[in-house]
Amino acid sequence: MSYMKSLLAATAGAALMSGVMVGSATAKVEGDTIVLGSAISLTGKYSSNGVDSQNGYDIAVKRINEMGGVTVGGKSYKLKVVYYDDESTPARTAQLVERLVQQDGVEFILGPYSSPTTIAAAPITEKYKVPMVEAEGASRALFNKGYKYLFAVLSTSEQYLASAISLAAEIAEQNGKKPSDLKVAMVFENDAFSLDVRAGVVEDMAKYGMSAIIDDKMPADLSDISATLTKVKAVKPDLLVISGHNKGAVTAARQIKELQVDVPMIAMTHCEGAKVVAQFGPEAEGYLCPTQWAETLSYSDKYFGSAAEYDKLFKETFEGYKNVPYQSAQASAAVLVFKEAFEKANSFDREKVRDALAATDTMTFYGPIKFSEAGNNIAKPMVLRQVQDGNFNVVAPSKWASHKVVWPRVVPTN
Amino acid sequence: MLDNINLLTLVPTLNIQLLLDGIFIGAIFALAAYGLALVWGVTNVKNLAQGEFVIMGGYFTWYLGTFGVHPIVAMPIVIAIMFVFGWVLYITIIKYVVTRDLFTSLLATFGIALVIQQALNLAFGPEVRTARSDFGTLSFFDGLVTIAEIKFIAFGLCVVLAAVVVTFMKKSRMGQAIRATAQNARAARIMGIDTDQVYAFTFALNSAICGAAGVLISMIWVIQPYYGIVHSIRAFVIVTAAGLGNLPAVIVTGLGLGAAEQYSGFVLGAEFQQATAVGLLVLVLIWRQIELARHRQVVQ
Repeated sequence: MSYMKSLLAATAGAALMSGVMVGSATAKVEGDTIVLGSAISLTGKYSSNGVDSQNGYDIAVKRINEMGGVTVGGKSYKLKVVYYDDESTPARTAQLVERLVQQDGVEFILGPYSSPTTIAAAPITEKYKVPMVEAEGASRALFNKGYKYLFAVLSTSEQYLASAISLAAEIAEQNGKKPSDLKVAMVFENDAFSLDVRAGVVEDMAKYGMSAIIDDKMPADLSDISATLTKVKAVKPDLLVISGHNKGAVTAARQIKELQVDVPMIAMTHCEGAKVVAQFGPEAEGYLCPTQWAETLSYSDKYFGSAAEYDKLFKETFEGYKNVPYQSAQASAAVLVFKEAFEKANSFDREKVRDALAATDTMTFYGPIKFSEAGNNIAKPMVLRQVQDGNFNVVAPSKWASHKVVWPRVVPTN
Repeated sequence: MLDNINLLTLVPTLNIQLLLDGIFIGAIFALAAYGLALVWGVTNVKNLAQGEFVIMGGYFTWYLGTFGVHPIVAMPIVIAIMFVFGWVLYITIIKYVVTRDLFTSLLATFGIALVIQQALNLAFGPEVRTARSDFGTLSFFDGLVTIAEIKFIAFGLCVVLAAVVVTFMKKSRMGQAIRATAQNARAARIMGIDTDQVYAFTFALNSAICGAAGVLISMIWVIQPYYGIVHSIRAFVIVTAAGLGNLPAVIVTGLGLGAAEQYSGFVLGAEFQQATAVGLLVLVLIWRQIELARHRQVVQ
């Protein structure tokens, strides 16, 4: 009896499955709706940034639909995104992207959140020749595999802190010092992303002939860098660069203060993500923090207007944002890129859309976008902001700078 | 590496900085490790959720902080909450695995660890948090040695907590019952000790101790729902090296581990900081093995 039951259940299940398959064969464009798909981290360790990215996708979809949608072949289409939660695990991302393509028939993918999950998704989209525009994976490993269907609107991770090196060189020259005399202390987490950031720093240091006086790598589960900072105090470098995700930034901010480390220039990634200003206030003063995008930049486009207008609209649409994270802005930019590619290809043929994506050369509120052969955006620079009176002010590159850099950094007293 | 050793001899005051930092953080390791040794020794449950208890304590501290409660004031509240939590956990889950084999209890506590991680993530989000104590920094030797006041305070609190626990174990009725149960549960039962009650109390006490360690960690380091494993590993390293039921050894090992981590971080670089902890454990185990072998020969 129970055998019969399970047999019945299995048959019913199979029937249901095949129903899904048949029903979804044309799911990429349903009537007048273009369906995009994304496996994104809505739970798990990336969940807050994952939700930021989802909001970025959603606001762009909403805006495009309000403005009349996407026009292909003289007909206007609306955009829609199917989401799955990848629970912040790369293996799950890969499964879900496969499911989006195979079962749901989605032919245009928006990237997941984070480099590891994007690295897991890329082989799948490549296998099925499905174009993926991603906005949240900056790792170098994404752009040295010869992927043809992967396009990233953000700057890659080697660029994150490289601008701090050129800024230090600039300041040294202004003060009549040779950049090659500068000593740099490097503290990087021992993971793919941070080591990419380090590679960019090392490359730029070599360009100016600077030397590394400390080169420590923190393991992922280390929450204490006081030994390294004690060394920094003893050897007095001209520049201290730190990258270790949010934990690295919080740990560094706390321990730099506790150990009263006095270095004229400190640059670190993830200041905003780690909310160093909110958590440490004046102790974070003077830190240089790279960002993909800032609402004070003078970029603009026809969809959102200026970066500041995007910022305003975003805060009105979603509650609880004091600052709009760049993760959201770049997610929105990815949707804009897809929209323009559909219109340029004037077709939903995957190959034609891919070629149109590859030929993208456009200006958005998020910055200029133009893809290299490898698929990364080579048009947009990384900007460097400094914490000044509790605000993040753009100080480099000089073309976009709204404020002058404060140098040397003043150590806050108790 | 030689440069760094050279630096230590050129500027000997740096040694003071490293030693103090190491001892202060080691005291907190020792606290969580003592809780583990207690549960391990009495109930024979190897609690893999030890670190998660610590992080949980940290989160309660941080959460109370958002209502303006100072972390130090929050400590007794967190200890009380964690005690109750430990008791409930014992009654609902641990009770059923105490008598089972090693793997059942390992699996159960590992499961608990996962559930706590996810629950914390759902409740408080995945951001890296830190509780603000708003204490300043003391500096000595022209600012060459700087110690956050909170580290002194945390060290003091650790000492007080350890003293309270030791006195409790020595003097109180429950403490004596716990020690009796640890020595021989069956004999204790014959003597009229309600061992089930003792187990529950021990587990709750451990959870409270971890909560206290969490309060201190949230003020000195950072907390995040998934950072418990770091504290679990350290607690296991310390207990394995020091042995069960040996509080002085646990404290010395904790302090030693803290200092060793600081020195290796300075000399070899941060990437070897934790490798050193585990490397030392291996050395201790090898040395023990040799001692045991010698002992066996004597017995023969």
